[in-house]
Amino acid sequence: MNGPFDFVLSLGDDALIAAQRLGEWTSRAPEMEEDIALANIALDQLGAARLLLTYAGELEGAGRDEDALAFLRDDREFHNCLLVELPNGDFAVTMAKLFFLSAYQLPLYTALAGCADERLAAIGAKARKESAYHLDHASLWVKRLGDGTEESHRRMQAAVDEVWPYTHELFAADPAAPVDPATLRADFDATVSAVLDEATLTRPADGWMPGGGRDGMHSEHLSFLLAEMQVLHRAHPGAKW
Amino acid sequence: MYGNDFSAPDDAPGGGLLGEVEAAEAALREAAARARRGGPAPDEDLEAYFADVIDADQKIEPRDWMPEAYRKTLIRQIAQHAHSEIIGMQPEGNWISRAPSLKRKAILLAKVQDEAGHGLYLYAAAETLGISRDELVELLISGRQKYSSIFNYPTLTWADVGAIGWLVDGAAIVNQVPLCRCSYGPYARAMIRVCKEESFHQRQGYEILHTLAHGTPGQKAMAQDAIDRWWYPSLAMFGPPDGDSTHSAQSMAWKIKRFSNDDLRQRFVDMCVQQAEILGLRIPDPDLRWNDERQGYDYTQPDYDELLQVIKGNGPCNRQRMEHRRRAHADGAWVREAAAAYAAKRAEKNKEKVAA
Repeated sequence: MNGPFDFVLSLGDDALIAAQRLGEWTSRAPEMEEDIALANIALDQLGAARLLLTYAGELEGAGRDEDALAFLRDDREFHNCLLVELPNGDFAVTMAKLFFLSAYQLPLYTALAGCADERLAAIGAKARKESAYHLDHASLWVKRLGDGTEESHRRMQAAVDEVWPYTHELFAADPAAPVDPATLRADFDATVSAVLDEATLTRPADGWMPGGGRDGMHSEHLSFLLAEMQVLHRAHPGAKW
Repeated sequence: MYGNDFSAPDDAPGGGLLGEVEAAEAALREAAARARRGGPAPDEDLEAYFADVIDADQKIEPRDWMPEAYRKTLIRQIAQHAHSEIIGMQPEGNWISRAPSLKRKAILLAKVQDEAGHGLYLYAAAETLGISRDELVELLISGRQKYSSIFNYPTLTWADVGAIGWLVDGAAIVNQVPLCRCSYGPYARAMIRVCKEESFHQRQGYEILHTLAHGTPGQKAMAQDAIDRWWYPSLAMFGPPDGDSTHSAQSMAWKIKRFSNDDLRQRFVDMCVQQAEILGLRIPDPDLRWNDERQGYDYTQPDYDELLQVIKGNGPCNRQRMEHRRRAHADGAWVREAAAAYAAKRAEKNKEKVAA
């Protein structure tokens, strides 16, 4: 990555793609309360994405607003981490993804809130409160599922195992960034270990470490997600909505 | 929450109805402040007491005696209303992933979230009548209770999201504003809250259509097509014509319902005609015209045979909507079981702690 534009864009893309996946749950959640919670978290992520993408567009200075960045880039130009673009899977996979994402976003936004860039600091200050809620919500479900029934334990462990490799990409060192992601690792590890222990779940061994999202090298999933997200906007070039 | 940060345009509809909701809320507070009779005298006829409370325009509350038929009617109506909110998430949820701008996506997400909230709130109101949410959900999933016929129509374009907001939510508000004064307290209070949010949704839908109608020719055609498809299903939301309505007379005597289906439908038509003019869109009824004598618009009635078919399960999306709901419920069973098992374990641990 180089410069604040790429950094801000990548955080905005994380939030946008996470919101898109969470939005897919609408009317499909296991209970009504959870439908509301998932929509609520999707809205928070989308709100953060809009602030970050708007700012990224200003940093770039090429006249691209949040919609130009969201709807008119192809997958090779997206910089989100692979974790957020993974399909929703069952409820355990969704909760594993949300748990790892929010355990990373909370220290990230907290650090941003104290950074020298005033715009980023303001966004961090707003988003960290929401991340704390997301982390709380996901942690509780990881515990409920991990320490619930035999079936839910099996599914939650399988979900953690499946998603874990994708967390490494989040902490790739970037010393030039306003917040170096590598510095967030200890906080993340402490949160994750405590919750997994209480959930009677095992932390997977580190091995395979997929990456590439930050450089626009994605999984096969992202292009489909974008095709759906962008279809209407692209069908009416220049239209206002 | 970012969802409710959006302001409505100044020229949008809904102001008059919202005023009525606020008036109903004030009336509710007044009625509560007036000392209500504490309860029937020991030797008093319960039915006479119940009739007294209704006549005095005061509210029946959950602990009050009520005729069994009144209880059943309310359960049926409130449950159907709750089911409609839950099924109604589907046609609009269909466009969340494809919303054409991030702002519209956020507004739509917030709206669908509101609907889930209305569903929960209404199930809670129904539960005050002595039935559990689980039982009601079972009645929906097994097809023994209905939801609004309107949600059996498909959302084929983005403009449908606008048409649902303007017409479907508009019809819902016209229907529900009088329910803010319904004789059953928990339902009346639920309606006040629901109507305020629905009115907001209606403005947002209107705003979508307004933007489309003043956009590119393709967008304007999309908006007109949506209105052409949603107009008659929206008129049908008020139910069969007064002559054929089975529940009306008793519901009106009990002050559950306050106006007839046809009265409300007329009111809706009169409201929409003016708004369509501002939008610059056409209501698809060649016989729509002002009747000076009646001081209302003459209009073509919806096709009630079609309505009957949709209610029977033969609309375009009945099977799809039910299948979707059933699948979500079945797929989530293991999650609900896990939550219950986890809660039981926690309760057990707390008990041990207290004992030790």
